[in-house]
Amino acid sequence: MVLPMSPLAVSASTATSALGRGLDAHRLALEQGRSGLRPNDVSRTALPCWIGRVNGVEDETLPAPLADWDCRNNRLAWLGLRQDDFIERVRGARRRYGADRIALLLGTSTASIGATEEGYRRLDPAGRLPGDLRRRAIHSPHSLADFVATALALEGPCLTLSTACSSSAKVFASAERMIRLGLVDAAVIGGVDTLCDSVLFGFNALELVSPEPCRPFDDARHGISIGEAAGFALLERADAAPRAPRLLGWGESSDAHHMSTPHPDGLGAELAIREALARAGIEPAQVDYINPHGTASRKNDTMEAALVTRLFPSTTRASSTKGFTGHTLGAAGIVEAVIALLAIDDGLVPGNLGVRTPAPACGASFAWRNEHRRVAVAMSNSFGFGGNNACLVFGQGQGCA
Amino acid sequence: MSVLTVHVEGLGVWSPTLAGVDALRACRAGAPPAAPVDRPPALRLSAGERRRAPASVLLAVEVAEQAVAMSGRAADTLACVFASAYGDLAITDYLCATLARAPGELSPTRFHHSVHNAPAGYWTIATGCHAPSSAICAGPATVGAGLLEAAILACAGQQPVLLVCSDIAGCGPLGDIVACRHDFGGALVLSPVPGPGSRARLTLALADTPSTPPSPPIDCTGGMFDNPSAALHPLLESVLDSTGDVVLAAARGRVLHARVEPSA
Repeated sequence: MVLPMSPLAVSASTATSALGRGLDAHRLALEQGRSGLRPNDVSRTALPCWIGRVNGVEDETLPAPLADWDCRNNRLAWLGLRQDDFIERVRGARRRYGADRIALLLGTSTASIGATEEGYRRLDPAGRLPGDLRRRAIHSPHSLADFVATALALEGPCLTLSTACSSSAKVFASAERMIRLGLVDAAVIGGVDTLCDSVLFGFNALELVSPEPCRPFDDARHGISIGEAAGFALLERADAAPRAPRLLGWGESSDAHHMSTPHPDGLGAELAIREALARAGIEPAQVDYINPHGTASRKNDTMEAALVTRLFPSTTRASSTKGFTGHTLGAAGIVEAVIALLAIDDGLVPGNLGVRTPAPACGASFAWRNEHRRVAVAMSNSFGFGGNNACLVFGQGQGCA
Repeated sequence: MSVLTVHVEGLGVWSPTLAGVDALRACRAGAPPAAPVDRPPALRLSAGERRRAPASVLLAVEVAEQAVAMSGRAADTLACVFASAYGDLAITDYLCATLARAPGELSPTRFHHSVHNAPAGYWTIATGCHAPSSAICAGPATVGAGLLEAAILACAGQQPVLLVCSDIAGCGPLGDIVACRHDFGGALVLSPVPGPGSRARLTLALADTPSTPPSPPIDCTGGMFDNPSAALHPLLESVLDSTGDVVLAAARGRVLHARVEPSA
């Protein structure tokens, strides 16, 4: 039995992806229907596919006291943190609440494994990682959160959630529980994942990588385009920021079906969606926009299109934005949460990019082109390997109706 | 500072010389260590899954099964938190070595076993569990952060929760850096309310790191405190005694105080 929760304020948010740096870059690309995907130019060995690469990550330098954490993933984190005045917003929260009253909960699927990969390509004559990469801080799945905790001088509970592609959606749920129980007053949440050989060749080995730009919910889709991204948000009690958009609900579940394919009927996904709606205290018809997981894999999209069509009326609009950003894996939850918040803020349902012929399972909810309409409630789905599902529901702040 | 109270209903432990809670009790009573065993039995998995599953999954499933069996709870009803500081170090070593040599030869099975939530995935599939499952890490503070997350999940959701903390030995150039040389896993089933199966009450509170570190526990692990998950060991011992004060690293500069008392 899930009880409705008290909404929380999402008092700051930001995203950096193949669409650009910060919220305005995302707004503009979504409004223009412009994809950030490009031919793969990042893997050491050629792999013909398209990727969502963030420009300029290589050129980032970390401040000297943070040099131990230097690697592509933490450079992207640092780039992402500096957009939309996010660091200043966190500083304000730190002044209001104290550094030990702010949790830091970040999702990632591979953290800085790219640095470990590089070390194995450049082993020293003794077969050890080379001297410049003999830094324990970066050869750990906690590298990202450890780095961000130090960069933001946060001293509250600090956790990495790593449940593959649901990671940075689940951080919202963990943060809500911590705030509700009074362990902290606010939480910095988010996620970062960067392009690396592990994910490119790993998903390729699973025959899940599309040779062309991904086409979520298209009948002839050929798989995913992998992307990289950093996204962050600040959660506080609603009375601390009455006009900020709200986290209304969250749901989490397990498929108990298969390690790398979703339950064909969306059993776990539906449990997560129903739990999120119950926690938000709303009916399906009250959801104006859904940002589905929508990876462009054959199985996910068949399952999810049928599920959206079965659970929601056609007045609920749905569109995957992975044709814009690529599938940013452990960062997908936060990036698409930020896009859901933009939909509310701007009254824009972004068109589902890349579709020529909609998959037969897609009902009338799917928005193939941009639609300008009021979005009071937006939902975002994130489903990961291991059958790990999360669903988030967001709403408008006070005075925004 | 808020205090969380949870009740321990089940325990699990496995290392090559410590096959379960009975072996831990025997060791504390002075019995000589058992001959090391290679692989945990992980009998909850089907024979096929057991053959396919990587070492990190076998270890996590073994201690999870022990703790759930002791609790008497149905495994498919338990929300679960799987904590591991490093994930599967052997698979990460394989991935990086293969990518350096011949990326196109990467095994798809080993790739999907490389996700941090592989143990959570195998466990929920084996037990038919649709409850929320999570996979977390927090470096050297993984056990404290995992216990906090599990206790929060239990208290906020008013539901029993399975917590597993496990890490396997590293190998190759990565193993050389992280220096985790032994397998160790521990598990707890936590309930927000006392019940007939409660074995101990845990009162948890976050605090600043004390200036003097807590005294080390009796060592029944064969000196495997290079394994971050072995930080759970002193708590397991205190739960067996139904008494004790355990201090766990929970974040940088923060510890989790766990006061252990009889449940009734």
